[in-house]
Amino acid sequence: MSADFLQFLFSGITQGACYALVGLGFSIIYNASQVINFAQGEFVMIAGMAAVALIDAGAPFVLALAAGVALTVVVGVALEKFAIEPARNASVVTLIIITIGASIFLRGAAELLGGRGFRSMPAFSGNEPIVIGGAALLPQSLWVLGVTVVIIFALGRFFNSTMHGKAMLATAYNPVMAQLMGINTRLVLSLSFALAALLGGIAGVLIAPLSLTYSTVGVMLGLKGFCAAILGGLGKPMGAIAGGLLVGVSEAMTAGYLSSAYKDAVAFVIILVVLVVLPGGLFGGRSVERV
Amino acid sequence: MASLWQPRTGGLLALAGVVAGLPLILPNAFYYDVAILVGINATVCVGLNLLIGYAGQISLGHAGFFALGAYASAILTGDHGWPPLAALAAGAVGVGVLSFVLAQPILKLKGHYLAMGTLGLGIIISIVLNQEAGLTGGPDGMPVPSLRALGHTVAGEHAWYALVGLVLIVSVWLTLNLIDSPVGRALQAVHGSESAAALTGVDVIRYKVLVFVVSAVLASLAGSLFAHYAGFITPAEASFARSIELVTMVVLGGMASTFGAVVGAAVLTILPQALTAFQDFKMLVFGAVLMGTMIFLRKGLVPTLAGLIRNRMRSGRA
Amino acid sequence: MTLLRVEHLSKSFGPSSAIENLSFAISPGTIHSIIGPNGAGKTTLFNLISGLYRPTSGTIWFDDADITALPPHRRARCGLSRTFQNLQVFLNLSALDNVMVGYHLACDGRFLPSLLRLPSVVRRDRDYREQAVALMRFVGLEAFVDAAADAMPYGALKRLELARALAVQPKMLLLDEPAAGLNPKETAELDFLIQQIAAQGITVVLVEHDMRLVWSVSNHILVLDHGRKLAEGTGWEIRHNEDVVAAYLGEGGRHR
Repeated sequence: MSADFLQFLFSGITQGACYALVGLGFSIIYNASQVINFAQGEFVMIAGMAAVALIDAGAPFVLALAAGVALTVVVGVALEKFAIEPARNASVVTLIIITIGASIFLRGAAELLGGRGFRSMPAFSGNEPIVIGGAALLPQSLWVLGVTVVIIFALGRFFNSTMHGKAMLATAYNPVMAQLMGINTRLVLSLSFALAALLGGIAGVLIAPLSLTYSTVGVMLGLKGFCAAILGGLGKPMGAIAGGLLVGVSEAMTAGYLSSAYKDAVAFVIILVVLVVLPGGLFGGRSVERV
Repeated sequence: MASLWQPRTGGLLALAGVVAGLPLILPNAFYYDVAILVGINATVCVGLNLLIGYAGQISLGHAGFFALGAYASAILTGDHGWPPLAALAAGAVGVGVLSFVLAQPILKLKGHYLAMGTLGLGIIISIVLNQEAGLTGGPDGMPVPSLRALGHTVAGEHAWYALVGLVLIVSVWLTLNLIDSPVGRALQAVHGSESAAALTGVDVIRYKVLVFVVSAVLASLAGSLFAHYAGFITPAEASFARSIELVTMVVLGGMASTFGAVVGAAVLTILPQALTAFQDFKMLVFGAVLMGTMIFLRKGLVPTLAGLIRNRMRSGRA
Repeated sequence: MTLLRVEHLSKSFGPSSAIENLSFAISPGTIHSIIGPNGAGKTTLFNLISGLYRPTSGTIWFDDADITALPPHRRARCGLSRTFQNLQVFLNLSALDNVMVGYHLACDGRFLPSLLRLPSVVRRDRDYREQAVALMRFVGLEAFVDAAADAMPYGALKRLELARALAVQPKMLLLDEPAAGLNPKETAELDFLIQQIAAQGITVVLVEHDMRLVWSVSNHILVLDHGRKLAEGTGWEIRHNEDVVAAYLGEGGRHR
């Protein structure tokens, strides 16, 4: 394996892990509410901006990161309470526009409070690259990958072995039945936004040292996370992870071997091709319309 | 002419009245500029509403078609010396063919998958316009010659206002024709139930493709006009944000209401201008207004208001 | 002489098969019922005949043409029409326009004439609008001619589907549980309506749980069980068929 290839693979997997975390957020909220939350990318932005602002203000590093993520979760729950819940049963398009309104609102708030500039966050454990097979791997990339793996296992445990997790799965499978079984579907809804915001927030602080933070950093991340979720089959968490990695690696390879100008287009070309061949995504299966 | 008093004819007359009457109260060139942009956006939205409101599909990439029309006019007239009308027609035909070819696979998708497919399409167009700098001038944009046809140049806000107003009225007229016809009913049937529509003999895919192409071509025509009017275009015209803006106009005004699309376009074109007074709070307020309207006036402005007026009249009579 | 002939039809969803090697024929001008316990595959069979599902194997002949590969809208053109167990009314349209959609094949569905509202389009629309009103009257919906579909009660929506299906001017009409959710009086009216439709020469096929209606209107009955044909024959034959009595009527005595 050439050093170049390895280098592209490292950066692709790192970026892909972020898409996967954002895509997971899409899937979790979709499962609980059939809503596509276009403000998912803003969760990433909020955590990064808030943490950087706190660090610049002199707060201890770890505390700043935790506070950034916590703030994101609060915003996520508030979004559900004040914008999604009052609009239950609205049409798909209406809900899409509400979440887009929310994303504009959040970007506006971020610019107001944090300014429009680009800001950087120091890496968690320095910038001394680790050389593997001739390719350089930043310690921050290891952080991203390690935390993503931990999150995936923690989520698996949450969904399979805790009461709240099982309730969320049941609600995704059949909301009406879940409600009849005594599951508090409203709580599940709040929980799903909290969880999605938590994932977005963690992604936000993890990648902040790699990509700078600014008020619109979440826009493309959100869209590509959506790509990842759709690619894997909407509502399938493992699909979102696979989709995220696929998008990340393809992007890095395209940028490395073909053209960096069209790097951002890769995700969307892949999604179009996949959807044309498999209208339900890679792992979505074929659905039969019931009449 | 009894047909004059049908709601359809009445609405069209009202629209024509507003377009004809506005110049009496528009104080200066700035207001004309806003009115012209409203007209261009409304033309796109009237077509997009056929797709979203009537046929029940969604497109998060229509700004791409608008921009393709704009760039076709800019490149063909500016770099190749084509007559503007020929360039406009070529852009429309090109967008028609492109949307026809793409619509076949894309419109088989449903719901969020369709949203993703059209979103991807729009973003790819936007990236191409940004990257092919040799052709498009890249992110910096490119100038567009003025609109000349039949030996006349359309110049000045009054001429542009008249032209755009006329285009809007014709678009609305044709759209209203279409809605109240076998084609329009078929489109709405596809929205209501694809299975049932198919079993009454409606070729579901054919009508979905048809409405997609119609809305794309209308967007392209409006894009060409915009390019000549603005005199300068950038790839921002194809951006995801712009696609969302167009869909929002349709939904805010009221889905499946042609006049709603016009009102939605007017509100969302004027609102940012009005919000410049808020300066730094502009985005914040815009986002809040968007969320608030969609939460509290879920059916959109025009259908909600029409319902209120109907109720008021009913209770007034009782 | 047969209007519909189904040969060795099978449909499976993944590992489970909903219809298995089913063959039967329906002659024109009669009223047929397809009965069987829940999950017997009745609605699946309707979806196969009307083209919403593709069969896993087998052939469907309609009016001496092989329609197995035809999409639903082409089958409508051949003269097949149906109603749905879960209502599929166009709730975004008026009641009258629902019926007008039924006349889609008779109207001019081309783009340009509609866009320009040519006089021919307007004239034909007006003619069919009159016919649609007549059809609504025929099914007992005269009170709802000006109504919006989403403001109509359940029973009226069922009739609306029937009127829309008739507007297609079918040779064969498939009715999926037309009596479900109706009270005895409404069911009696439906009974009369179905006889009237058949009297016009339209072949009626119903999937129905209301056995009183089935015995009353059917010339011919097909009994399905687990996707297979259990029995077929006249009402008298079915009632005296031991397999049917054992498998279906025995445990389902409430249906009588």
